[in-house]
Parts: sequence; structure tokens; C-alpha cells
Amino acid sequence: MNSNIRAAVIAVAFFIGLGAGVAQVAAQPAEPVVKITAKKFDYTPNQITLKKGVPVVLEFTTADVVMGFSVPELGARTDIIPGKVVRLRIVPDKTGTFTFFCDIFCGSGHEDMTGTITVVE
Amino acid sequence: MKKYDRRDFLKLAGLGGVVFASGLTRMAGAADRVAGQGGSYDDFYFVQLSDTHWGFEGPPNPDAKVTLKKAVAAVNGLAEQPDFVVFTGDLTHTTDDPKERRKRMAEFRDIVADLKVKNVHFMPGEHDASLDKGEAYQEFFGKTHYTFDHKGVHFIVLDNVSDPAANIGEAQLQWLAADLAQLPADANIVVFTHRPLFDLYPQWDWATRDGAKAIELLMPYPNVTVFYGHIHQEHHHMTRHIPHHAAKSLIFPLPAPGSQPKRAPLPWDAAHPYKGLGFRSVEAEVKKDEYVITELPVQKG
Ligand SMILES: [Cu+2]
Ligand SMILES: [Fe+2]
Repeated sequence: MNSNIRAAVIAVAFFIGLGAGVAQVAAQPAEPVVKITAKKFDYTPNQITLKKGVPVVLEFTTADVVMGFSVPELGARTDIIPGKVVRLRIVPDKTGTFTFFCDIFCGSGHEDMTGTITVVE
Repeated sequence: MKKYDRRDFLKLAGLGGVVFASGLTRMAGAADRVAGQGGSYDDFYFVQLSDTHWGFEGPPNPDAKVTLKKAVAAVNGLAEQPDFVVFTGDLTHTTDDPKERRKRMAEFRDIVADLKVKNVHFMPGEHDASLDKGEAYQEFFGKTHYTFDHKGVHFIVLDNVSDPAANIGEAQLQWLAADLAQLPADANIVVFTHRPLFDLYPQWDWATRDGAKAIELLMPYPNVTVFYGHIHQEHHHMTRHIPHHAAKSLIFPLPAPGSQPKRAPLPWDAAHPYKGLGFRSVEAEVKKDEYVITELPVQKG
């Protein structure tokens, strides 16, 4: 019984530690925030450097239409809705340079809406 | 008609690109049975054109005003005309202006009306449909997802672009499931769609968000082949027994997945205009569930 509970706790911890761990958990005040603004047809900033294993909250706004933000290799994505601040907490689980892009078609130039997240040790 | 006549002709005429025999050699059971039941199957061929982006202007194709017209002429020049022609999306290049979008669609429709073949099937790409959920597209070309049957093959057109987030959506997936449910288990099925249904290269938006659900629905059927566009280059991929074949564009080629940092169009090569552009003929050998693909250039040389 006891060991069952322990196993479950370990499994949960393991799950959270996996992948980029996009969690719905409220951000700890101590966690760094990176503000990203989307507009047709770019993100500012579009080059972001993060530390492996260190949680960060990406805080998005859009200056015009609905946008998407997707980093497939880190398993993270969100919609960015006009008039809202959208927060996405990620814990990068691997080093490298990963492309992010807008995955909600937004017009002529949509294909250029890209950037990179570089994860360092 | 002998089976390989047309292919030989295409080669002799110097038109043929690489002949790629797709599909696995599978049971001929379905077609045999259909024939036995008094139905009929017959080899035929169709032509796939894709990503014409009418209305595009820019250095990647200084000849954009005439490329589509040349492609129509090239199809009309095929000695034996195809049974039908299919355009797999991005008929027009996107614009924020709804009036301009309709103008481009009207011009596109008028240009392709010059095709000798009058059996023409359309579907939207994200450039046509994602900004207005397919409204203008439907005014000009009708439904964005539908089926048709031709000589023993069941064709299914899937729309993964009217939702700007690249979902097929639950309603359409249910429609697909219901359509498949009425087919015999060994039906010959061909799917046309714009985006890849599988995750070809999601970093470049070369995917369909819920495409895996469509593949899952198709998976129980042994004889399925998918033809699509969107990535502006020839590409062949298998998801288990289901082949997926991407067609070239008729506006500008895009780089191979992940071959360069950005998904920017390959530059126009003045020494070799139309390099990397083209369309394809697909010969359906229905009995064998085999599709012989021949890549054809916009112009010779
Ligand atoms: Cu496309
Ligand atoms: Fe396209």
C-alpha cells in the first residue's frame, strides 16, 4: 500500500520532469518571465536563450490578430489571443537551437513568422 | 490499351521525369470482385497540379503572370488527355483584401477553364481559405471536402486549411469515418488534401494538427494512397502501408525539410527558368492498387 503510493508519487514526478513540461501550474514569483510580442509578421524578440532545466514563463501578447506560438521540439504551443496576456511555462529539457513559428495562418508573410529558442547548459 | 503505353509515350516524348512506382503490391481482390459483380475497373490516369499561388508577385518567380498559363498549355499538350485534373490547394496567393481574393479566384478559374479536360477537381490551401474560413473559396469552387468515384477508385478530398490552426476538425473527421464505413474493406481509396496528414516537419508548419486522427481512420483499409501539396516539392513518405506523395508547386520550390534554417523559397534560376516547378501524371492501375507517378516539367529543357 505504502509502496504503491510512493510509486505513484514517483511516476507523477517523473512525468512532470519529462518533455518541456508545459504545466498549468501557477508561476512561482521567482520564475523568470520573458515577454514576447507577436504582430503580423514577426515576434519580438525572436531569439531567446534559456537554460536547460530552469523553468521560465513566456508571456505573450499580440498587437493585431490571433497568433500561434509553437516549438514542436520542446513540445510547447499556445494560442495568442488579442487583448489577453497568455502565459506559457516551459522547462527546457534539452540543449540546442529550436525553431518556433506561428501555427495559425495570419496572412501574406505568415510563413516568415519564426524565431529560435536556444537552450544552453 | 496496353498497360504501359502511356508511360512509354511520356518517356519517348521526353516529358517524363522520374517514374516512381508507388503503392505496395497488394491483393487485387477488391477490383476483381467489383469486376465480378458486374462493375468495371479500368486503368486510367489523372493529372495533379498544386500550389499555383495565382496573384503571387516577387523575385522567387519573375514569370508568375504566365506560369499557370504555361502549365495549362502543357497539360493540354499531353498526347493522351487525362481522365481528370486535380488542383491540391493554394490555387491563389493569400491577401488580406476580400475583394482582391475574389478577383484572384475569378482569374484562376478563368485561366484553368482553358484546360481541354473538363473534369476538374479543386480543394483549398491555407492561402485560399485560412483567412475567411473558406468563404470566398466556396463561392467559386464549392465544397472544401467531398468525395467522388472514378473507375473503381473512391476519391476523398479532405480540408485541413479552412481552420487557420490546420485542424481537420471533429465534424469532418466524423464525416470521413461515416464515408469509410460504407466502403468494402478492400476498397481502392485515394485521398487528396493540401497539407501533409503526417508530421513531415512541424517546425515549418508541414503538418496537420489532427492529421493523425485521419490516418488512424484510414489505417484499417489496406488500399489507401494520399496525394497532397503545400510543401512545393516532390516528397514520398509511408505511414505504415499508406503512401503519401507531395507534388511540386507551380510558383516557387521550397527547400527540403530542415535543409536550411528558414523555409524560404529557393531562388529563381534565370539560367534554368521553372527549375523545381512542375506537375505530375498519376497512372492508376486499379487492379493492383498501384499508382505510377510521372513528374512533368512546365516547359521542356
Ligand atoms: Cu499551403
Ligand atoms: Fe503553397
